[in-house]
This record gives sequence, structure tokens and C-alpha cells, in this order.
Amino acid sequence: MKTASAVSIGGRALGLYTALAYAFLFAPILASFVFSLNSARFPTLPLSGFSTEWYAALWADTAVWQAFGNSARIAVVTGLLATVFGFGAAYTDYRYNFFGKSAYLAIALLPPTVPVIILGLAMLSFLSRIALSGQVISVIIAHVVLATPFAMAVIRLRLSQMDTALEAAAWNLGASPWQSLRYVVLPFVWPALVSALFLTMAVSFDEYAIAWFVSGLNETVPVRILSILQGSVSPEINAIGSIVFTTSICLVVLAQVIYLRAAPAKAKETN
Amino acid sequence: MHATNATLPPEERTGPADAAGAPVARLFRSARLYAGSLALPVLIWQLVFFVAPLCFLVAMSFWVVQSYRLVPGFDAGSWAKVYGMSVFWDAYARTFAMAAGAAVLISVLAFPVTYVLAFRLSPAVRRLAMLMLVVPFFTSYLVRAYTWQVFLADDGIVNAALTAIGLPDLTMLNTVFGTFVGYVTLCLPLVILLQLMSVASVDRTLIEAAQNLRCSPMRTVFRVIIPASRVGLTLGATFCFILVFGDFVSPTYLGGGNAPTLGILITDFTKAGNQWPRAAVVAITMIATLLTVAFLAVRFAYKTKGERG
Repeated sequence: MKTASAVSIGGRALGLYTALAYAFLFAPILASFVFSLNSARFPTLPLSGFSTEWYAALWADTAVWQAFGNSARIAVVTGLLATVFGFGAAYTDYRYNFFGKSAYLAIALLPPTVPVIILGLAMLSFLSRIALSGQVISVIIAHVVLATPFAMAVIRLRLSQMDTALEAAAWNLGASPWQSLRYVVLPFVWPALVSALFLTMAVSFDEYAIAWFVSGLNETVPVRILSILQGSVSPEINAIGSIVFTTSICLVVLAQVIYLRAAPAKAKETN
Repeated sequence: MHATNATLPPEERTGPADAAGAPVARLFRSARLYAGSLALPVLIWQLVFFVAPLCFLVAMSFWVVQSYRLVPGFDAGSWAKVYGMSVFWDAYARTFAMAAGAAVLISVLAFPVTYVLAFRLSPAVRRLAMLMLVVPFFTSYLVRAYTWQVFLADDGIVNAALTAIGLPDLTMLNTVFGTFVGYVTLCLPLVILLQLMSVASVDRTLIEAAQNLRCSPMRTVFRVIIPASRVGLTLGATFCFILVFGDFVSPTYLGGGNAPTLGILITDFTKAGNQWPRAAVVAITMIATLLTVAFLAVRFAYKTKGERG
């Protein structure tokens, strides 16, 4: 029989391994922050002096400003559209059964499983045929396709916590479908809607491959990063990377916190 | 669309009220309008901007490029050309092997973490640990992969640390090892989360029964937990395969880009050569491969016990 100490050594090894796995995942993010504030041109150890010169260089770079402007506009519009579409798909799945439903769900959910490079190629060749490529709206169109499934997943999860009798009760009290949607369903799912909005904005803000294909001259931040990587790399990349990390981490954490805070309050909101 | 009477709004119910005639017909129309305005926008959007572009890709693979311009046609020349290139088959074999290797390797690397999250953590800590997996999954993979260069370069952090403790330097950047570091960065969070879906819901009484029968912890993992979480383990490996198969970032920025994968081949055909039909041939071949792999994986994941050999 195994002794207690052998088991606890195994347990400690597992714990250590898990800590290492998380360290591996966060190492590049931390390194990006550290070296963005390091004065050396070629990042290595030991660190040289503290410096904000790379942020100053970014501040002076109009191409980067433009990229942030494009990314912000694209992310907001994508987030709003994807959340509305995601709600429609999630509610349809929650409420109705109909012939061809699995095909409907497949079309709504499949885009993230297609490699982004293929989506980028397909979107660019298709959109340029209908004179919609190389514009800000091209990126929005493509990002809504990619982001809607994430919104749908979050909202569907929330809907599955809703008592199906609630809507029926509203109808029995004389509410029209639109009224019960407005006064019963939406108040219940709104945390998921906000969560989906932030999550889809993060998806759009970080997406590099499709945007690289369809954006033309309207570079987004990740496309700007790709062009920096293809030229002469400077530590500016760590500064821009740190800003990108901060933005998407905030969006994703907000999305999660808003969703999780709402979950226990389920009973309270159903009145 | 249909559902049982109890769950329908008044307009959709059928019954004696139908005798009222025209107003009921109007109500039916309004119920259809309601369902349609929620269900259809997303369907139309995805049909026009997702399904149509993919179908167009198939058509475009038969078009021809004349003096850098794409001309409609029906010419299988691009298919013959691409399938006759040894570069393509090399890239195909390499991409497939790396995706399969990554699927196995990352599944194995992920499992101990999944185990700890499922069985060793309190629910509150587990939620935090899961949040800390969701965050990197949605956080710029491009920048995360690129930043590994700082660690793996010849004069990077890892070699600086090795020198400090008196060990010889390693070449890690622009090698297959470097590429795999990128793949782990890309896939590990998702694979752990998918594995966790199944592992966390393994029936605890099965594990207790195994322990009561003096089954060692190792044996419990291999004979009870892994077979019972086949769905999550298979889905994790499959998504890992899909992500790696289409990736061009890690092979380019950590693998050196000298040994092209299919993803790199697509960017080369389009960005460098304007060879859109050839890129489409590569893309369609990739989609066919992924569909086959996904189909086989789903069949394996959900096959019933009776069929097991």
C-alpha cells in the first residue's frame, strides 16, 4: 500500500506542474509588459534601465493611432451586431423546434472552426467581387461572422437557466410575444448580452488573419503588428503588445465577471 | 415552427378560438413575424458572408489568372498544378504530422492540469483557474506567440539563464521546437477547458468504487477517468488539430518559415503571387481534411459502448 507521504509527493508534483503550465501561458504576456518598459533595444536578461521611450515612440506614430481608431470602431460595431445576431440565434434555439434546426445551428456556430486563414482568403475573394473589400466595413462583415457564435454560446447558456414557464406566464397575462421579450426575456438575459458584447469586442480586437486579408489600407492593430513584424522589429512591438493585452484582458475579464455575478442572482431577477 | 400548446403565446395556440377567422390569421402572421425577425437576420448574414464565400472558393479554384487578373472560367489547371507540386505534398505531410503531433502532445500536457482543476481545487478556486484559461485564449495569440522570441532567441532569456548556471546554449528559435512552443501557447487553454468539461463530470462514485477496490491512483486515472471522459479528451485533441492545421503564425515567427505549412502556402500564393485559384485549391483541400478528421473524431467520441472492439 502507498504511504501517505508518497501520495502527497505526487500531489505536490501535480500542483507544481499546474503552476508551471499557468506560468507558461502568462510568461509571454508578462515579458511583453516588462520589456516594453526596458531601455534595451534587444530584449534580454539582465534588464537594462527603466524607460518609457517605446511608449513615446508609439504615441508619435500616426499609423498606430489610425490602427487603434480602426480597431476600436470595428470592435464596437462588430460587438453590437454579433450580440444582436447571437441573441436571435440563441433565442431561436431556446424557444423553437423546426425542420432543419440542426443545419440552422451549424451555419450559425461553425465559423470559428474554419481556419482563419481560409476565412480570410474566402472573404477577400468574395467581398472584392461585390466591391466590399479593403474597407472598414469589410472587416466588420467578416468579424461579425466570426464573433456571432461566441455571443450565441454565452447568451444560450444564460437562457438555459431561465424558467420556460416565465414567458408562458406573461402570455397568459395578456402580453404579446414582443412585450414578453421586452419585459421578461431581455431583463433576464441582459448580463449575458453585456458579457457577449465585451467578449465579441475582444474577438474582433485580437483578430489578425481575416483582417490582414480584407482590410486593405485600413489597418487594424493586429494587422499593424503583422506589418511591424515583417519589417525591422523594434521594442515598440512590446509596447503595442502590452496595450493590446491590457485591452483584451480587460474586455474578457469584464465579460466573465458580469456574467458570473449575475448567475447567483437568478431568482431575484425573475420577478 | 411548432411547440406544445402550453409553451406557445396566445397567437400561436390552435383550438376553438380559430373559429374567429381572419383576426386569428393576422395573429398567426404576427407570430411568424416575431419568430422570423429573431431567427432570420443571423441566418441571412451567415449564408451571405460565410457560406457564400466558402462556396465561391470552390468556384474560384476553377478560374484562371491572366496577367495578374482573375478571370472566370472552368479550368482544372490550378488543381493539376497544385497537386503536381512536390512543395504542396511536402507541406501537406508536414502540416498534418505537426497537427497530429500537437494534438497528442498537447492533450498529454493538458491532462494533469485538467486533473488538478477537476479534483484538487475548491469550486471557487476552480472558477478562478478557468477564468485564467479563458483570458489567454481570447488574448492576442499573434503577440503571445511572437513574444516567445524574446525567450527562445539565441541570446534570449532561456539561454541567458542557462549560461548563468553554467550550461551550454540551445538553439530553439526557428526550429520545430520553437513552432511547438507556439502551438502549446495557442491550444493549451482550450484543450484544458474542453477536457475539463468531461473530466469534471465523471461520476465520483465510479472513482470511489475503484479506490475501495484498492485500485491505485494511477490505475484509476487510466482505467476509470480517461475512458469515462472520452468525449472531452477527443474534442480537445480535435480542436487542437484544427487550430494547428490552419496556423501560420507559429511556423512563421517561431519556426523560421523555411519549412512551409499549408497556411504559409496560402499566404505565399495570394500575397506574393496573386495565384488566387491555387490558394483556393489548398484551402479546399484543407477544409476537406478537417471535415474528415472532425467526422472521424466525433464518431469515435460518441460511439456507444457496445461497438467498442
